Amino acid sequence: MIELTGVSKIFNEGQPNAFPAVDGIDLLLPSGEVTLFTGPSGSGKTTLLTLIGCLAKPSMGRIRIDGQAVSGLPERFLTALRRTTFGFVFQKFNLIHGLSVLENVMLPAAPLGLPRQQVMRTAMEILEKLDLTRKAHARVEWLSGGEAQRTAMARALINRPRVVIADEPTANLDSRLGSAFLQIIADLRHDGHTVLISSHDPLVLHAPVVERVVTMRDGRIVERG
Amino acid sequence: MPTPWIERQAAFIDHAVRAMGRRRTHQIGLWLVYTLLVFLLASVMLFAHALRHEARLLLQDAPELVVQRLEGGRHALISETHLQILHGIRGVGTITPRLWGYYYDPVSRANYTLMTPPANPPPPGQMTIGAGVSRVSGLTSGDLFSMPGSDGIKRTLVVRDLLSAASELVSSDLILMNAADLRPLLGIPAGWYTDVALTVAQPREVNKVAEKVMQRMPDARPIQRQELLRTYHALFDWREGILLTLLGVVLLAFAILVWDKASGLSADERREIGILKAIGWQTGEVLAMKLWEGTLVSMSAFLIGYVTAYVHVFVTPAPLIGAVLKGWAVLYPEFVLTPRVEGLQVLTLFFFTVFPFIAALVIPAWKAAITDPDAVMR
Repeated sequence: MIELTGVSKIFNEGQPNAFPAVDGIDLLLPSGEVTLFTGPSGSGKTTLLTLIGCLAKPSMGRIRIDGQAVSGLPERFLTALRRTTFGFVFQKFNLIHGLSVLENVMLPAAPLGLPRQQVMRTAMEILEKLDLTRKAHARVEWLSGGEAQRTAMARALINRPRVVIADEPTANLDSRLGSAFLQIIADLRHDGHTVLISSHDPLVLHAPVVERVVTMRDGRIVERG
Repeated sequence: MPTPWIERQAAFIDHAVRAMGRRRTHQIGLWLVYTLLVFLLASVMLFAHALRHEARLLLQDAPELVVQRLEGGRHALISETHLQILHGIRGVGTITPRLWGYYYDPVSRANYTLMTPPANPPPPGQMTIGAGVSRVSGLTSGDLFSMPGSDGIKRTLVVRDLLSAASELVSSDLILMNAADLRPLLGIPAGWYTDVALTVAQPREVNKVAEKVMQRMPDARPIQRQELLRTYHALFDWREGILLTLLGVVLLAFAILVWDKASGLSADERREIGILKAIGWQTGEVLAMKLWEGTLVSMSAFLIGYVTAYVHVFVTPAPLIGAVLKGWAVLYPEFVLTPRVEGLQVLTLFFFTVFPFIAALVIPAWKAAITDPDAVMR
């Protein structure tokens, strides 16, 4: 369960150009559900996901994950939380060029101190599920958009996170690959993951797998469904 | 079974190596400059240190006291009468009068040291030459060599044999001959000598004996072995200082290069650190990875640079720096120095090359790593 109470994020705080990207959000996100954050560009979707995913700290308000307040935790605890709780699929995938698909997928597990063979085995299992086994040793800069996105998804899953956060996951995909992505989300939902997606793609908005839609505008929630 | 700590470090090393592989042209260039710098600095330090050590070893066999005579500040000859005075000084052991001088050979344009050894001199009309003389003049056993004496008359001597190459550091420019040949060549009359070597019965009393020599022979200049050693040290320190000053400029240039190239994180490197942080790497883990990167580059450059310098100094005759440190001469001795490495010297070099490099790599990475990773999402 993720609980947000009066969460705000003000950029350039204390300066003349300060602006609230997220403004007083109260939200409850039950575990094991697929939630879509939608709204026009600049509505605060990505900022809200970075706050939930502990990639940034809120300027005000409180975030609790499974009952534990996380907003005031020092950076090293937040990093530990990111590592164990969240898996991220970034809009531009953010894969590290020069590394293979397998190496990118194994990267989040590197600091865990697990035997390399074990990590590799887990990574290969995930790649197999996502139909990427053939590309395991290809460098990521040679991948198509769909392959890169599935690689990013595999990397997000390597540490078996409870929550998967995907920011505009279909923005760089055609409708066929977009549908394939939604199938992956359905599988994650089936496996008990909580999935948070930000998107204004109608394909995602009308996908049956999406159970909850939160519509945002100007940093505020304007509709919950 | 590797522990989690070892597995973690192995993963960081693995990632560091791959990161370097992605910037291999830049890394190789930096590594080469780094290795070259360590090589040059280590060569100078090793060479100068070994020379100082060599001088100390050589002077161990030198007489404790050499007495020369001065006239009007110029080196003058010593007569039998002076020897008698020295014999009368309490504490003096043996007294060995020495005959030596210099000869400038206009053909080879080199200065040779002419000397009559105190024991077993070559027979009259013959001479034994150092390896350097042989190399420069092309002389070998059986060859004839003519030198004009102080009276203008040429004297021809036969090369009897060559001095052992093992003693080349001190014998390179040496020509040994009988006193009967040397005296007319240098214009030293019978009963006169160039200087006198003294041994002292109680080595602790060298100062005292030197004082007594000055009292009895006011025109004498006693030279102690320790003074010679200090002179050698000062000379090598000075030459080493010149080279190190020059290399200091190179070191500074290297520091700027390191700061600019290694530390100035590119947008890609900054982004990569952001990604690592976003996917769950702690700041300390990013730094551990960078630390390994710095350690791998700097330690390999340091070790290879140092080992190459060791070979350069102790296996080859240090062709790159030898001329400066040995001194300027036509007749350079060819010799192999006794290998000698001092821990403090290695640590000093390590401190001034490895630490700045690692710091230049880690500090900007740390700055990037403590920034919120949310920028990666955008």
